[in-house]
Amino acid sequence: MADGFSPSRRNFLQVSTAAGGGLLISVMIPGVAAAADAKGVFAPNNFVRIGADGIVTIMAKNPECGQGIKTALPMIVADELDADWSKVRIEQADSVPALYGAQRAGGSRSIPNEWIAMRKAGAMGRALLIAAAAETWKVDAASCSAAKGEVIHGPTGRKLPYGKLAAAAAKMPAIAPEAIKLKDPKDFAIMGKSVMQYDLPEIVTGKPLFGIDVRLPGMVYASFEQAPAYGAKLASADLAAAKAHPGVHDVFAIDGGANPSELVSGVAVIANNWWTAQQARKKLNAKWQAGPSAGQSTADFALKAAAAVKQAPTLSLRKDGDPDAGFKSAGKVIEAAYHYPYLSHATLEPQNCTAQYKDGKFEIWAPTQAPDTGRQIVARVLGVKPEDIKVHQIRCGGGFGRRLSNDYMVQAAAIAQKTGGAPVKLLWSREDDMAHDFYRPGGFCNFKAGIDKAGKLVAFRNHFVSFGANGKFSQGAAMAPTEFPAEAVGNFELVATVLDSAIPTGPMRAPQSNAHAFAYQSFIDEVAVAGGRDPLDLRVELLTVAAARRALLSKTDPTSPFPPFDPNRMLACVLKVKEMSGWGRAVPKGTGLGVAFYYSHSGYFAEVVEASVTDAGQVRAHKVWVAADVGNQIVNPSGAANQVQGAVIDGIGQALGLKIEVADGATVQKNFNQYPLIRMPQAPVSVDLQWVMSDNAPTGLGEPSLPPVIPALCNAIYAASGKRVRNLPIDLSAT
Amino acid sequence: MAYNLKINGKSVSVDAPAEMPLLWALRDVLGLVGTKYGCGVAQCGACTVHIDGKPVRSCQKTVGSVGAASISTVEALAENPVGKKLQQAWMNLDVAQCGYCQAGQLMSAAALLTATPKPSDEQIDAAMAGNLCRCATYLRIRAAIKQAAGLTTAMKEQANG
Repeated sequence: MADGFSPSRRNFLQVSTAAGGGLLISVMIPGVAAAADAKGVFAPNNFVRIGADGIVTIMAKNPECGQGIKTALPMIVADELDADWSKVRIEQADSVPALYGAQRAGGSRSIPNEWIAMRKAGAMGRALLIAAAAETWKVDAASCSAAKGEVIHGPTGRKLPYGKLAAAAAKMPAIAPEAIKLKDPKDFAIMGKSVMQYDLPEIVTGKPLFGIDVRLPGMVYASFEQAPAYGAKLASADLAAAKAHPGVHDVFAIDGGANPSELVSGVAVIANNWWTAQQARKKLNAKWQAGPSAGQSTADFALKAAAAVKQAPTLSLRKDGDPDAGFKSAGKVIEAAYHYPYLSHATLEPQNCTAQYKDGKFEIWAPTQAPDTGRQIVARVLGVKPEDIKVHQIRCGGGFGRRLSNDYMVQAAAIAQKTGGAPVKLLWSREDDMAHDFYRPGGFCNFKAGIDKAGKLVAFRNHFVSFGANGKFSQGAAMAPTEFPAEAVGNFELVATVLDSAIPTGPMRAPQSNAHAFAYQSFIDEVAVAGGRDPLDLRVELLTVAAARRALLSKTDPTSPFPPFDPNRMLACVLKVKEMSGWGRAVPKGTGLGVAFYYSHSGYFAEVVEASVTDAGQVRAHKVWVAADVGNQIVNPSGAANQVQGAVIDGIGQALGLKIEVADGATVQKNFNQYPLIRMPQAPVSVDLQWVMSDNAPTGLGEPSLPPVIPALCNAIYAASGKRVRNLPIDLSAT
Repeated sequence: MAYNLKINGKSVSVDAPAEMPLLWALRDVLGLVGTKYGCGVAQCGACTVHIDGKPVRSCQKTVGSVGAASISTVEALAENPVGKKLQQAWMNLDVAQCGYCQAGQLMSAAALLTATPKPSDEQIDAAMAGNLCRCATYLRIRAAIKQAAGLTTAMKEQANG
């Protein structure tokens, strides 16, 4: 799925002496460096530092929100550097794009974007350390090698540790990026072996790590009352009543606009602890004007969606061949309507941010996935220059795309402008968090498929309905024209209708894909059943058709408009998961196997779920098998497996129980009792994973691992019970 | 008003209203931020502490109701032999993703293994059902509890990734 992230710009490296001695290697963005040079400013970059004590400090450039990137990117650097991992220390970088380039956690893009840059940063260090050792020994650098934090002179077996070489290495002439020699992947010594997440010792001992844990001298605590209906403006509030509450320092209104991703209208309550601020907030009795979402409701959306399908679509997204003729000539036509709900991200750490405003400048401690985006919004909305806003990237207690929006950062900054210079920690309650999300938008797929007598797919159509404004889909609501089986059938049509909605939406882990996989891969199962075909075999057939078509296209049209989806890579994953799961084996009555695959974020995932359904309609996912291709290198196998297991269970949880509903323009669900995240007893017994290694550069996996598990579960439910799930969350009493 | 609470083996004076939940006294008044806020309504378990050895949701226990009971938080978990084993197992199996819930998970697990040193799979699931993990690291939490209880070997669990 296209995710809007531009490809990484070509980085180059700088080498210098670190403050206090030692070697320092920096990855620089060309444009930025040139600008700095033109101003005559020397930017002392600090990306890799090696001290005389042999400690290698590597900056973690991107936000950490549980995806493990704080460990994984430094592993890449350390491997090419031939560092001793036990001597590596990782420091979280601040948000400084001039030094670190784009710093963002989104789109499963950190590994693919940084793969070469991180390797070069490490490899350059190794080359300089080897050069320094060769000079010390007066030998040819080619006769030296490096391993585990030492340079070794092959012929004599002499060794020098990095700490002893750091100062000399810093004086070696820099190497042009083109001349940096990267390792042969077979020589990787750190990557490919499981490494414990770097912060885990602090996590298990309860050390302050998260945004919510930030404590500063003189800090005050804020709670912020927002309109229940998104973007509505404050009409009135009893500020005096709240201010009279013991322990309250101040209460004031914040003027905001109707755009929920910037600063919204509300009332801030400042107190000497957060609980007191919350208690005082209850006395505000705030009243709100009608906002942009007034009167909107889930029930009304459903009625409008049902009506829309009976009318002409507003958008034509793709048409191949002659679908109508295909349906006419088909032996059998299958039609089905699928629906998925709005969802909330529900990071377990509620949104929060700490900010201080002093002498016209901000210092901000933000658990965010997009720190510089937040900085730019703060600058624009509050009239402070971006360079006067220092942003610390603080570990996030979950991201899932929620923290790509920085509404809470702008709120904290706006509040900090009114606390007389005192740092202020804004914390949202769970209820605030669930009521003010950028939700995964709901949607409707209205499918029609034609099959011939052999069960072969001959025509396919979807009238997709989702939400937006002015005829355009809102964020996370669109559908790509490449949804499979787009390339696997000659007669294919995708049309869409956009319904007006003011419900704020945004990307949630595998945006679009997390919903579309459910609809398409469930319907393909229906097509298989209708044609008397095995659901896995039909998928193999479709992928084979797509692969043949792709091969033909690439021969005739080297600039094919199709995205770089390679059906053969997926085919390999489907065949692998078939073998892993023992597809086709006998299972007990009331139990079934379901399969699905999905391509997103450049990752290929095929998954099988074994599930059981009781007579009362109780669903249990027992086991899951995952075969996936994300390229030729898994950086940290432990972290990667953890992501995949978590994504699979997250997906199962969404399917089993989660929905966000809207009534009168506001969210109905308030807390976890109404938004039942999956719990341990519902988790499967095992999630078995095998990587299908292909000769492609490594890509991300935190997102693409999620989408296929939902249809695989629904297809397993069909196999177990004969009940077809066409609405999420799963409710078998309704089928 | 001021209360004398016994926290992690020490007597601590807390100046807070009687009805303030223990969670906020720990976090905002005493600066013991290892105990986490997730929901405020005893749904997520992130705020789990031990009171006289029993797992308690500190968002539901008021400062005024603690009395002379002994409170133990994640910051003192390593002083408890069961807690120490659990922390080690958590690291051996690289359990966490974002890590936000893990203090509460560990506190619930420590209470489980103290009461039931060799729990069955069902007992583990039941004891941990009140602790949400949004990253869904449940498989590794289960495995780590079993490892800490001596029910599996480190080698076997590592093989499962």
